[in-house]
Amino acid sequence: MKILNCPLNGPRNISEFICAGEVEVEPDPNRCSNAEWAEYIFLHDNDAGVVQEWWCHVPTAYWFIVERNNLTDEILRTFPSTEIFTKRQEYSRPDQEAS
Amino acid sequence: MAFALLKYGLGFGKFERQFPKQKDLKDSYDVVIVGGGGHGAATAYYLARDYGITNVAILERGYLGGGNTARNTTIIRSNYLTPEGVAFYDESLSLYKDLSNDFDMNIMYSERGHFTLAHTDAAVRTSRWRAEVNKHLGVDSELVFPNEIKKICPQLNLSEDVRYPVMGALYHPPGAIARHDAVAWGYARGATMRGVELHQKTEVTGIKRSNGKAVGVETTRGTVNAGKIIQCVAGRSSLVAKMAGFKLPIKTVPLQACVSQPLKPFLDAIIVSGSLHVYISQSSRGELVMGGSTDPYGVYQNRSTLEFKEGLMAHMLELFPFLGEVKILRQWAGMADMTPDFSPVMGETPVDNYYIDAGWGTWGFKATPVCGKRNAEMLATGTVPEVLKPFRLSRFEEFHQVGEKGAASVGH
Repeated sequence: MKILNCPLNGPRNISEFICAGEVEVEPDPNRCSNAEWAEYIFLHDNDAGVVQEWWCHVPTAYWFIVERNNLTDEILRTFPSTEIFTKRQEYSRPDQEAS
Repeated sequence: MAFALLKYGLGFGKFERQFPKQKDLKDSYDVVIVGGGGHGAATAYYLARDYGITNVAILERGYLGGGNTARNTTIIRSNYLTPEGVAFYDESLSLYKDLSNDFDMNIMYSERGHFTLAHTDAAVRTSRWRAEVNKHLGVDSELVFPNEIKKICPQLNLSEDVRYPVMGALYHPPGAIARHDAVAWGYARGATMRGVELHQKTEVTGIKRSNGKAVGVETTRGTVNAGKIIQCVAGRSSLVAKMAGFKLPIKTVPLQACVSQPLKPFLDAIIVSGSLHVYISQSSRGELVMGGSTDPYGVYQNRSTLEFKEGLMAHMLELFPFLGEVKILRQWAGMADMTPDFSPVMGETPVDNYYIDAGWGTWGFKATPVCGKRNAEMLATGTVPEVLKPFRLSRFEEFHQVGEKGAASVGH
């Protein structure tokens, strides 16, 4: 049984978590092209090696980031998303000019 | 077989190689196929047989058919949900039926009948939907209920005293299994007989491009120029596409499977349950071939997990309680290239002269012949065949996916 160290709940069984994919920079959905949005949603680097991914502890709905090596199936580091995302993501409204 | 062994053992008769000896790489080929699995070999076969294009090299990192061609559970069927998917897989199924004759080699194609079990009202509804789509497109497929299932497959536990009783099933009589190695060998032999070169232990390390066009490949055995390149890789599709300079809508996740010790033939049908994440069939060797769902997170590794076996066995014993004493003989994992809509990625790419045959999650083996045939048509004529068009890479930016809920290991 594999143990994942949740930054909020401590070491827990990995079956309590879901993996939600690569950490990417989200384009502004109201300002980007269809191709850019499709790339963000559907296309992945899918790299072999050390990757950074969003994970969620399902029972507590806590989202955080995991750095792991997907060649050796080793978890290297888990940390709160605030380490990377230091400010709130703002969205422009479709009828507004981008500031 | 025994006489042949004796004949060659005693030194009578000259042994014929199945494949010609591997030569040095040439400087250039008309077509370079990256990946020597079923799809790559099939593409070369139809290029040589139907279009007379034989200046072709298949470049394979490991050995022929040693990747995911050897790691699937060999189920062949065409009872998918989308009209695009049904047309595509049904063409594949009809090609499969004649393959043994085409190859003059027995691929042990065995028609068994295929049940997709439904354990919920929602799954029964999807089964009816699939059956109607299938029938409309001329595919033999029917929604059946426990009293009918009992007649065709009395081995199955249809009791209601289980966690997920069987409420109905999608029955697909043409569902079949075949020997997966023989499919790769047959295609490769047919191709090499006609002059195609198969290069094993030859890893592609880079794609040469000039002015947005792919012009050649770099390999561990030197650089070759290519008129056209097609990527027929599974499990490393994103990594190869990255060398060509584009991203794919793929997440690579292991899919584990296992076989039991050999038993006397008792199970004719192929049993699949999307909700229980189980599929099971008995091979011609008597082993029960069993698979589950893809792993919960992606790794590029064929490791085995206890969770997989526990989960699979718990569900399987509900369907076949009498297998409780049967032992597992071996287990393995294949790398499934899962796409968001459970359909493959076929055809043209953002790079000119570079074609793709990827996105094979749990539906790659059954598509081998149609992919080979249509890839060959595409490479020879330069136009994408109608049957491949729905699976183009650009469908994602057009938001025009082919949502294939009929894929294996997909719950409904």
